[in-house]
Amino acid sequence: MNNTISVPLSEEKKSRWKFFLGELKPKGKMFTWFNVISIPIMLLGLGLIVIRFWKGIGSITNLTQEVPWGLWIGFDVVTGVAFAGGAYVVTFMVYILNMKSYRSIVRVTVLNGFLAYVFYAGALLLDLGRPWNVINPIIGNGFGTSSVLFLVAWHFLLYMLAELIEFSPAIAEWLGAKRACKILSGMTLAAVIFGITLSTLHQSGLGALYLMAKEKIHTLWYSEFIPILFFVSSIFAGLSMVIFEGSITHKVFSDQISEKNHEQHHKILRGLSKVCTGALFAYFFLQVLVFVHSKNWDYLSTPMGYWYLTEMLGFVLLPMLLFYYSYRNNNITLIKVASVITMLGVIVNRLNVTVIGFRWDAAVHYVPSWMEIVVTMAVIFTEIWIFRWVINRLPVLRESPSWAKNMH
Amino acid sequence: MGVTGATFVFGKEAPARPANEEVTEFKAILYDSTKCIGCQTCEFSCAEAHNLPEPEDFPEMGVVRKTDENRRTVVNSYDTSIGEVYVKRQCMHCNDPACGAACLTQAMHKTKEGPVIWREDKCMGCRYCMVSCPFDVPKFEYDSPNPKITKCNMCFERQEEGKLPACVENCPGEALLFGTRRELIAEARRRISENPDVYYDHIYGETEAGGTSFLYLSPVPFEEIGFNTGIQKASYPSLTKGFLYSVPAVFVLWPMMLLGIQDATKDKQPKTEDHE
Repeated sequence: MNNTISVPLSEEKKSRWKFFLGELKPKGKMFTWFNVISIPIMLLGLGLIVIRFWKGIGSITNLTQEVPWGLWIGFDVVTGVAFAGGAYVVTFMVYILNMKSYRSIVRVTVLNGFLAYVFYAGALLLDLGRPWNVINPIIGNGFGTSSVLFLVAWHFLLYMLAELIEFSPAIAEWLGAKRACKILSGMTLAAVIFGITLSTLHQSGLGALYLMAKEKIHTLWYSEFIPILFFVSSIFAGLSMVIFEGSITHKVFSDQISEKNHEQHHKILRGLSKVCTGALFAYFFLQVLVFVHSKNWDYLSTPMGYWYLTEMLGFVLLPMLLFYYSYRNNNITLIKVASVITMLGVIVNRLNVTVIGFRWDAAVHYVPSWMEIVVTMAVIFTEIWIFRWVINRLPVLRESPSWAKNMH
Repeated sequence: MGVTGATFVFGKEAPARPANEEVTEFKAILYDSTKCIGCQTCEFSCAEAHNLPEPEDFPEMGVVRKTDENRRTVVNSYDTSIGEVYVKRQCMHCNDPACGAACLTQAMHKTKEGPVIWREDKCMGCRYCMVSCPFDVPKFEYDSPNPKITKCNMCFERQEEGKLPACVENCPGEALLFGTRRELIAEARRRISENPDVYYDHIYGETEAGGTSFLYLSPVPFEEIGFNTGIQKASYPSLTKGFLYSVPAVFVLWPMMLLGIQDATKDKQPKTEDHE
């Protein structure tokens, strides 16, 4: 009896293994402009990472004793995670507010968010001097519970898990695991609620990391409200990324997207730009309140003050008005323009807090080395490669298999 | 043994304390820059005690030497309103240190004896302690594949053996004094009140950053000898308390609220929109 059952099972396993191996092979053309640019950079980045682990962090970075966190933290982690905020906002809209018209972008957004966490928070390992000890706060070789970083580290880990659960039905559908798909789909709402809670705390937590650097950050960017500002800005940072990524994926992977979803996408973009307008307004208003209360008027007429005004007017107020105008006038191109300006603004803001405004008065300024930039680009390109690999295989943009449709 | 040793060390200048109290009080060092002659003996003995290279430069007026991964203390010379004044710098050993609160593995640790120490087996090298320290004390070995965070540990290992910190023991000018923090503050006050012409009326470290275990006396205002006098009086970890206290509240209230909203918006959408 046992034999007769186990034989087909193992055969099924074998075929699944074969299927998996087959899926590993590249699909599509190899000589695209994206591949030609990204492959050399990824290889160069890999070489630099080897040097970094061989000779120490100082061998490829320009970090100093005064500026211990540079591009890898300020851009890869702090900015990258803000851009990954789209996942918690979109799942909030779809699963909590039951705005079902946004359902078609949930999977791709969650995938994007998950990969962003894996890669940009993963890039943190490159920046850790002693990465083999990274498990210490997890296994309790010192629970530094008074540390904001302790909270952020745990939240990164748990949130990756929550996003993996949110995304897992797509993996189950890909592998044809029907039972697993049903179970995993049933866990979605819990994962979403958990994920939104975690996101609220660690998006703001990334700002709270800098609270103790009170004297080191330029006063125009330091306030006790950094956590709230970081949280609110993660809403439009994430959604702008969703708009930006969506307009690219809809071009590159247009063959995978059903006619219906293509048509719906413009409606989705309009809806998102409406949310962005609101979030940007709330953020701008908060920034004005913080500024007025801090009584920093004198700083406005300094070079850093002009830079601050550029950020607030050019990268917050302007995209807010553009989003408002474009959703009122149904101008899809302008929505995309506004999302790009918003994203630039988020980069500017995060770098102002973490790099540009950090030790802004130091005699020797930290400027990232070309090697730090190459490694950062290599990380981003690798993420896009994985993203493309998944999109080409899993039902992310394309319709789920028919058997899975009545499951959710 | 340790207790009697410590009492003996301080001996002459301070009244003896009940033994049990001494154990729980923070140890501290008082540095009196009016007595410092800039001889660098502290630098040399520190290097010897921690197997670090000997210093090759010396205090020069107008040059600010900094501690780094290979030296944990430096003596600098400042041109002040009363002429040349020497100042020794090293970790301040805050009562409630920013580095300790920042450390997510408790590698940076405020011992109950007072010194702030770094523990190699716990540290992951994230350098958040360096970001947080208002005095820029922790240093990092950027050029090592197995880097350490380095800083003055008030010779914690020597203290455990009942010995004095190396710099205190070897200081020929008696500019350094070791004892409990309370005793040293009393001693510093006594010096100021007995010689008001010699001292500037302030003990740097008594209240700065919530109080430190390295205390300074100076003949001139502290901004003249390179100190940040604008530093906040409250401890630095207090800056993140508000955020950390909000965490449990969000953790409990958010899921409840989200579930409530989810329930309230359920089925309100007409079924026709959901084809799938």
